Amino acid sequence: AMTAHSFALPLVLFSAFWGLVGIAAPWFVPKGPNRGRVGARGVPRVIITMLVTTAVCCYLFWLIAILAQANPLFGPQLKNETIWYVRFLWE
Amino acid sequence: MGSLFRSEEVCLAQLFLQSASAYSCISELGERGLLEFRDLNPKVSPFQRRFVGEVRRCEEMEKTFTFLQQELRSAGRVPGPCPESPRAPVAREALRVQEQSEQLAQELREVSRNRASLRGRLRDLRQYLHVLREGQRFTSLPAPLGSPPRPRALSEREPILDPSLHQHLERKINFVAGVIHPWRVTAFERLLWRACRGYLVASFVEMPEPMEDPASGESITWVIFLISYWGEQIGQKIRKISDCFHCQVYPYPESEASRTDTITGLHSQIQDLSVVLEETEQYLAQVLDKVALALPTWRVQVQKMKAIYLVLNQCSFDVTEKCLIAEVWCPVRDLTQVQDALRQGSYQSGSSVECFVQRIPTSESPPTLIRTNKFTAGFQSIVDAYGVASYQEVNPAPYAIITFPFIFAIMFGDVGHGLLMFLFALWMVLYEDSPRLRQGTNEIWLMFFEGRYLILLMGAFSIYTGFIYNECFSKATTIFPSAWSVATMANHSSWSSAYLATHPSLTLDPNVTGVFRGPYPFGIDPIWSLATNHLNFLNSFKMKMSVVLGIVHMGFGVVLGVFNHVHFQQRHRLVLEFLPEMIFLLALFGYLVFLIFYKWIKFSAADSRVAPSILIHFIDMFLFTSNAENLPLYPGQVPVQMVLVVLALASVPVLLLGTPLYQWCRQRTPRMPVSTGEQEPLLEGQEAGNSVNASKEDVESGGHSPDAKHLDFAEIFMHQAIHTIEYCLGCVSNTASYLRLWALSLAHAQLSEVLWTMVMRNGFVRLSYVGGVVLVPVFAAFAVLTVAILLVMEGLSAFLHALRLHWVEFQNKFYVGTGYKLCPFAFTSDTWE
Repeated sequence: AMTAHSFALPLVLFSAFWGLVGIAAPWFVPKGPNRGRVGARGVPRVIITMLVTTAVCCYLFWLIAILAQANPLFGPQLKNETIWYVRFLWE
Repeated sequence: MGSLFRSEEVCLAQLFLQSASAYSCISELGERGLLEFRDLNPKVSPFQRRFVGEVRRCEEMEKTFTFLQQELRSAGRVPGPCPESPRAPVAREALRVQEQSEQLAQELREVSRNRASLRGRLRDLRQYLHVLREGQRFTSLPAPLGSPPRPRALSEREPILDPSLHQHLERKINFVAGVIHPWRVTAFERLLWRACRGYLVASFVEMPEPMEDPASGESITWVIFLISYWGEQIGQKIRKISDCFHCQVYPYPESEASRTDTITGLHSQIQDLSVVLEETEQYLAQVLDKVALALPTWRVQVQKMKAIYLVLNQCSFDVTEKCLIAEVWCPVRDLTQVQDALRQGSYQSGSSVECFVQRIPTSESPPTLIRTNKFTAGFQSIVDAYGVASYQEVNPAPYAIITFPFIFAIMFGDVGHGLLMFLFALWMVLYEDSPRLRQGTNEIWLMFFEGRYLILLMGAFSIYTGFIYNECFSKATTIFPSAWSVATMANHSSWSSAYLATHPSLTLDPNVTGVFRGPYPFGIDPIWSLATNHLNFLNSFKMKMSVVLGIVHMGFGVVLGVFNHVHFQQRHRLVLEFLPEMIFLLALFGYLVFLIFYKWIKFSAADSRVAPSILIHFIDMFLFTSNAENLPLYPGQVPVQMVLVVLALASVPVLLLGTPLYQWCRQRTPRMPVSTGEQEPLLEGQEAGNSVNASKEDVESGGHSPDAKHLDFAEIFMHQAIHTIEYCLGCVSNTASYLRLWALSLAHAQLSEVLWTMVMRNGFVRLSYVGGVVLVPVFAAFAVLTVAILLVMEGLSAFLHALRLHWVEFQNKFYVGTGYKLCPFAFTSDTWE
């Protein structure tokens, strides 16, 4: 089944998803108690840092993967058996 | 004050303690664990300190406790842990503890001694009884008449001569009976035969039950011997020989009647002795019970007491000898708690004058305090392993919580392996409160357990990167259908079955319409795992990925330096250091990232023949040359590159000379009148509140002598030169160093694939029931090798390289790491055994 993959749709979807995680979710992190245990006040800041870092790292990694394949300069070289199977049994 | 991002504020303070209430105040502070005490008597030897007598007393008590613990252990009891943590005892209580413990130790010693002697006596009696009983067998059997006494070389179970026969021969027979160690029997016999042959008859028999050897404590089956001899001298010889062999000799009565009497006598003695022994054992058990009950609490109490006296030894007395002064590092946030503790201590000791705490200024660098919880502790510890953060500089740990597992995952990316790692860590996290896990003694297990959250995140990110690399135990998954159409290519180039048979491998050409249908939406296309040239594509992809991620990581490190410059009020460094550093990095390596992305977007299969090489362009950029065969990526590339290189080179002297020159200029502007004015209050303040240990030079540091400043300037310049060289050369070498991300992920993928093709695939050879049976051991081998090689070895390897990338390539852009940790004086429960 060889459907055409669009480039724009995944780009928009994943940008939106990681944007949600990295930019929108930090606004919803519950603020720690003002008079809690010592050091509990810094906890929401650590969570926000973690969310933003995760979003940046994972988004960048996915982006590199998809951009590297967007305009391939050469194609895969397959063995004749593989070609036969893929062509006649799968497609 | 998000305390994970930089150290908390720590100040130097002085505690003024009344002599009477000093002990309870320190005890209260120790319970709360807030302060680090500084030694105010560093030049005093331990034997000359004020409270050395009390410390010695505590150590004597600890010696007694060790003896009691040994006794408990040899009796087979294990002293349990202390149920709740008792407070340090006051003087009266301590005295009571000392008396009681010594009394118990004395009792224990006496009772043990009694028991040992009773046991020895009982053993002797029983041995004697056995000797008599076994001897009976020999002496009551009639011997065959007329048989002459024959010497024997080996022991045989033959009866000895009947005494009546000997009376007939008019010689008196005497007996030597005893017990000998079984290993010495043959030597004993041989010696007896050599020395006294012809004049004795010896018989040996094993004791029916084994008995304890008094020397070694193990239970041995002794051998009873009965020697009948005639002649006085022979008797002496035999006794001497028995002495040599450490035999236990017992008197052997001659007549039957006396023997029976002795036996009955022995029986009653043994019975009485057993009763007494039992009572002794019961009493001993009672004493041990008392010890086991009291010992844990006492240990804790005396340990606390000793710790308090060691701290008191570090304090100094003021001139009136009524007040103890202690110098402490105290987190500013906890000053009120400290005051509270002092108040409680004073109240408990019943003194009317309150102790108080006073903050004093200092020019020394305070210790670093970063509070962590069970989640962040693991990440902070891997940062601290390289170097503890200097006081109040930016702490890389909150960022490392995510970047470290992410960098690890790039090198480890495999869904299956990541899932196994994640599940293992999840098990540890969910059962982290179980005592069995917490009290493990294996060091390696404890290391894994301490890092359970780290491993959890590493596994989670590995699953993500595994999906992007499209590798699950080295197999690709087709979540989405592949973008490459083999059928279209086959139809276009008319690849019939006959054609395929003659051509072992063919390439799909993306120039043909319909063969390539858009990029795979999430990760690497699964067709590549079937391709023979998949490394050509993957290497290019992974190398570029490593370089891009490395430059982003390093750029982030440089940006973190901004927080340091702002916090330490050194805004000139923003313009004179941060800006040139950023320009250098971005002009050269940011441009490289741009080239990579530009080539990905702009060049496709249509111009694959003439696609330019980024690497050659990059090299030519530095050398200011050009290569005719390498087409430019975009028009105007050469002048743009020239401008960028000039910009980068121009930022180097700014970085080299900017900060030193700025500091020199600042120092040169006439500030002398201001500084002399400042000197007055400093000198006054010296008596009031400065640290007792502060030397005169520290106080006068406000006004440097010109000579000192010149030396400082040379040092500053040298320091800056080293920093510049390190940074510029480091940019190049560190970018290349990030290529280890590519290298390790390639190694992991190849190992995975080898394991699959050479181990697991052999299990699928036969498709019958037999094949199913064969599959089981093959899978076992595959599983063991996966865990041992891919999870443990590759995991440790990727962990190590991720650690190196963080410690060196990331942290040398902003981190100094020359601080020391605040070690508060606290009675923590994990110092107890």
